[in-house]
Amino acid sequence: MSNPTFAAEIVEESTVHTAPARKKRLGFLFWTCVTWIGINVFGAIFADVLPLISPIYENFNVVNSSPSWHHLLGTDDLGRDIFSRIVYGSRISIVVSLGAMVIGFGIGMPLGMLAAYRRGKFDAILSTVMYVFLAFPAIIATIAVLSFWTPRSLFKIIVVIGIAAIPLVYRVIRSSTMACASQDYVLAAKVQGASDRRILMKELLPNIAPVAVSFLLIGIATVVTLEGALAFLGLSVNPPTPSWGNMINESLAVLQANPWLAIFPSAAMCLFLLSLNFIGDRLRAHFDVTESKL
Amino acid sequence: MLIGVVFVISVGAFYLIHLLPGDPAAVILGTGDSPANRARLYKQLGLNKPIIEQYWVWIKNVLRGNLGTSFITETSVWSTIKAALPIDLEMIVISQILAFAFAIPTAMRSARKPDGVVDRILGAGSFTLLSIPSFVLIVVFVLVIAIHLGVPHTGPASYVSLSADWITNLESVALPSIVLAIGSFVLYYRVLRSDLISTLQEEFITMARSKGISQRRIMWRHALRPSSVALLGAAGVNIGGLLAGGFIVQYLLAIPGLGYQLIAAIGRSDYLVVQGIVLVVSVGVIVINFAFDAAVNIIDPRISRE
Repeated sequence: MSNPTFAAEIVEESTVHTAPARKKRLGFLFWTCVTWIGINVFGAIFADVLPLISPIYENFNVVNSSPSWHHLLGTDDLGRDIFSRIVYGSRISIVVSLGAMVIGFGIGMPLGMLAAYRRGKFDAILSTVMYVFLAFPAIIATIAVLSFWTPRSLFKIIVVIGIAAIPLVYRVIRSSTMACASQDYVLAAKVQGASDRRILMKELLPNIAPVAVSFLLIGIATVVTLEGALAFLGLSVNPPTPSWGNMINESLAVLQANPWLAIFPSAAMCLFLLSLNFIGDRLRAHFDVTESKL
Repeated sequence: MLIGVVFVISVGAFYLIHLLPGDPAAVILGTGDSPANRARLYKQLGLNKPIIEQYWVWIKNVLRGNLGTSFITETSVWSTIKAALPIDLEMIVISQILAFAFAIPTAMRSARKPDGVVDRILGAGSFTLLSIPSFVLIVVFVLVIAIHLGVPHTGPASYVSLSADWITNLESVALPSIVLAIGSFVLYYRVLRSDLISTLQEEFITMARSKGISQRRIMWRHALRPSSVALLGAAGVNIGGLLAGGFIVQYLLAIPGLGYQLIAAIGRSDYLVVQGIVLVVSVGVIVINFAFDAAVNIIDPRISRE
């Protein structure tokens, strides 16, 4: 059995058979990331039902404690359970990012598709307006509006970020629809007498879906980071409501006494972002979407 | 085009106050709301005139470099910006030098053998760094460097300008610049790597190889220039983003740049300072983007010909 040629043949045979199959599969790490996002979303939805200590219950007997059996990830400077606060905090990140994306895609995507499909004056005017909006740095505009639009609420944060996302979504969707709209299958559908509505929904939408989903994941990751940044400015949800950004911001005052308070929310946020980015990256490779399209 | 966009932005920055609910005068005055200040504000901005005339009054002042005087700190907005802007520029220049100095060689190393060991390690590393927000990086840096190694944490009071004492200045600017550089490095590395890989498959590279030109010369003289179009585009957007989004780094490390002043102004509801900084940063971002678009045309003249 120690025949080297034989061994080489086996290797060759197995690589020939597995190579095409491997390309189709998304891989173990991909599903690990999907599971992790799933756990986060599950926790955010069912936080009230899960056996968690209240995130705003202050137990002054255990202030700044290290991780233990009672407090899995320790407690903060007011004796609140960090684990519970991270689970409840994920709600803010997930709600804000999904809400903003619903606004951004809900308005930006139909406009982008229509503009690319119709072309003409409609496209010219809309694109000019959107490009001017794009030139305005979104983060600065978001901060400027949020800081003077008082009193702050979760709803306002979602609306402002969502509106800021519209031109970005519009640009990506428009350019990818434009690439599809000139294809033969669209022409074929037109010749067969398909309505505009049918072409948009049945021909174009499935073909731009990979780009849209990749951009959606990037968008969610960006908004989660943005929420963190806004929390440092005191522009996120009001304390004592936990959000990942709020927790990291609050931890700075007691960084030396209780490094856990900074580490765990940061880790929660980074793992969430890493999973999102990885899922997006694998999907792009799978559907052959180049990064330059985004 | 540039002038048109700047015009729209000036309208946006001006009109911001009217988009918000409530009395504009009350918002602008904030805690400095008194009958005397109110009268001064009405005169300064012409608030009782029609809106187009108000814009005219305002833009004329802005073009003269007069962004108004804060009713809370009683200092002119322009002097605040003039003191802060060089700090931002210094940090951006340092961080970009660092980012390019690391990104170009590593991208070349990766592109030489795609999916090789080095490429995979660099790829995984850059991917992880991509998912770490700048504020988390700073928390980690402060935790490790400032607390465990005992390096003093500098504040705005101890900040010294570059011309006064460059060593002390560099000490306080080093950490934020490194944090900004890491984010830029990851972006540049990924963009340049993927472009280099496709350029290296072109026929003129095979031609150069068959002539016996060294690997190093092929990389630097033949492959880099056609591969740097996307890199320059990314750099333009990124540098604009650093100018607009650098506030978090400045706030956490107490560097009194534009972002720091912006946050301070938001904290004391100082509307005129916020408006001034928003205007200056927005115009800066647009000018940077246009400059890089022009640079792309120089690097690859085919783009403007199309």
